[in-house]
Amino acid sequence: MAVLDAPRIVTSRLAYEDSHTLARYLATGGYAALRKALSLHPEQVAAEVDQASLLGRGGAGFPAGRKWSMLRPSEIAYLVVNGDESEPATFKDHLLVERDPHQLVEGVIIAAYALQVNRAFIYLRGEFALGLERVQTALNEAYDHGALGRDVFGSGFSLDIVVHPGAGAYICGEETALLEGLEGKRGFPRIKPPFFPAVQGLYGEPTVVNNVETMSNLPWIVLNGGAAFAALGAGRSTGTRLFALAGRVNRPGVYEVEMVKNTFRDLIYDPALGGGVPGDRPVKAFIPGGVSAPWFGPDQLDLPLGQDEVGGQGSMLGSGSVVVLDDTSCAVRAAWRITKFFSRESCGQCTPCREGSGWIERAMYRLEHGGGRVEDLDLLLDLCDNIAPGLTWPPQQTTICVLGPSIPSSVHAAIEMFKDEFLAHVETQGCPFD
Amino acid sequence: MSHLRVDLRQRAEELVALYPRPRSAMLPLLHLVQEQDGYVSPEGIDEVAELTGTTPADVRGTASFYDMFHLEPVGRYVVGVCTNIACLLAGGEELLAHAARRLDCAVGSTTDDGLFTLEETECLADCGHAPCVTVNHRYVRTTTPEAFDAMIDEVRSGRRDHEIPDHGTLVRVRRNGGLRVPDEVIAAERAAAKAARARRLEGAG
Ligand SMILES: Cc1cc2nc3c(=O)[nH]c(=O)nc-3n(C[C@H](O)[C@H](O)[C@H](O)COP(=O)(O)O)c2cc1C
Ligand code: SF4
Ligand code: FES
Repeated sequence: MAVLDAPRIVTSRLAYEDSHTLARYLATGGYAALRKALSLHPEQVAAEVDQASLLGRGGAGFPAGRKWSMLRPSEIAYLVVNGDESEPATFKDHLLVERDPHQLVEGVIIAAYALQVNRAFIYLRGEFALGLERVQTALNEAYDHGALGRDVFGSGFSLDIVVHPGAGAYICGEETALLEGLEGKRGFPRIKPPFFPAVQGLYGEPTVVNNVETMSNLPWIVLNGGAAFAALGAGRSTGTRLFALAGRVNRPGVYEVEMVKNTFRDLIYDPALGGGVPGDRPVKAFIPGGVSAPWFGPDQLDLPLGQDEVGGQGSMLGSGSVVVLDDTSCAVRAAWRITKFFSRESCGQCTPCREGSGWIERAMYRLEHGGGRVEDLDLLLDLCDNIAPGLTWPPQQTTICVLGPSIPSSVHAAIEMFKDEFLAHVETQGCPFD
Repeated sequence: MSHLRVDLRQRAEELVALYPRPRSAMLPLLHLVQEQDGYVSPEGIDEVAELTGTTPADVRGTASFYDMFHLEPVGRYVVGVCTNIACLLAGGEELLAHAARRLDCAVGSTTDDGLFTLEETECLADCGHAPCVTVNHRYVRTTTPEAFDAMIDEVRSGRRDHEIPDHGTLVRVRRNGGLRVPDEVIAAERAAAKAARARRLEGAG
């Protein structure tokens, strides 16, 4: 199957220079889905989404329909959209927020109607200056167009949406930390249980938290039906998905491809997608779903891009970011940089995460920069095992949130896959790739 | 007496009115303070505390959690170079080292003329244009040392000021769109704030 055969669900408008404007949005069928949704019962809209089997696109891959059904009935409930996008090498929501803000806004209105909530917040990472501007402008236009505010399109349904800027904290992507940020506090993840914000979320009220891309799929699902969405992909992985491809590829970028029907090899090598590795060097390893995910080797290139396919091989599709390392990339340096990120971004509440991340980072630093010892490998594995006992995937949790247990995946994978490289670093007391 | 300029003060009150609880406006208000003062100033902290019904210590403690907030003055242009995984593989560390030489300032510090502060950043979600460089949180997409140098020259001469405003990630939101807050919401919020103030004054008597 040719890679680009599938319909473009969330990127259909991006060929236009002015894809972010209301005029272009309306000219390309915008807000028709909302009108259709408003003509249905809220439960019917939710049923379509359930039938679509839309898996959350933020990282955990939880079915959106199921999450919605868990919303505790209450006078006050909220919808919160997660646009914090800070998982390293993930840059798909950035594209949706800047280039098609109305699609996002329409998706949010549809979700709010299905859930019958009257207040929604779109949390965008503070670094998205243009995104904040575009989404606010889209909201203003939607109000003027009658798609937002009192009595949306004369349906009797009312909704206000506020766009909320974050301020530079990876951990605020974790949904309970995000809610803390939205409440004006430090972004400390909340202790579970309660496990789901749908039971107890913003200000303690029931709250649905969904990712930007998840929301952006809704207009298409409402217009074309949940069955049409579920007909794409295979198994639990339905529809299309945005993959942010980066690292050692000729054409880094964000690509929408049908789930499961394509493989990592297609994504990396297809001329219309990644276009191969610079200088035709061999792929040495790749990270399939954000830096929290365990790495894969070249023997897994033919794995289909599906949630269970990747999950079954001991990693995860996660945030939809794929990073390619070739034979010129140093595995030790890559793993060190990832640990440095975690040790900087640990919120500090849990000892294994706060202390473990810094300790691993220092050991990795000295291996990469000269000063490493053979014993450091055992030390590292021991530290990893203390943060995530058993080093299984998904990891066992010793901490409040899963940032902590995500720290070992890259170090552990790098040692397993490239032990020789570690030893060469010790031998030469420096980086052989320098 | 308000420390925030009249227009920013008005915006701040609008922001508070947007949320079910005033404290929720904390992050956007701190962005406004930073926009005016270039950093999160002590006077700004006091005003945010007043607006959100918290204490200055609470505001400072919250602000210090977030990387975008500078609790000390920084240069007029904050240059960020990402060295996280995608940028690392595209030469981010080398570009950061080049930037430090070019600007003649260590990573994390400010040039003597107060024009530039150089920061090493975590992933900025623009990894398709790696290594990623931002100036005052605008993606400038200069991935080579030569492009970086040309960009710095332009910024220094003020030729990029139209697209790279001073600090404050919300500057252009305000300039180009404005917030949409129903008048009655703002009126209700003002009345509530006034009543709260009156109660406080009585309590103090
Ligand atoms: C450390 C950490 C960081 C996260 N960062 C993000 C993020 O930047 N964006 C996002 O949508 N979800 C992120 N998530 C996942 C959210 O907690 C949550 O599952 C998601 O927003 C739910 O939306 P979805 O069901 O539509 O995927 C993160 C989770 C963790 C543990
Ligand atoms: S695991 Fe790390 S980031 Fe998560 S709550 Fe604990 S200390 Fe904070
Ligand atoms: S890794 Fe540098 S912008 Fe994403």
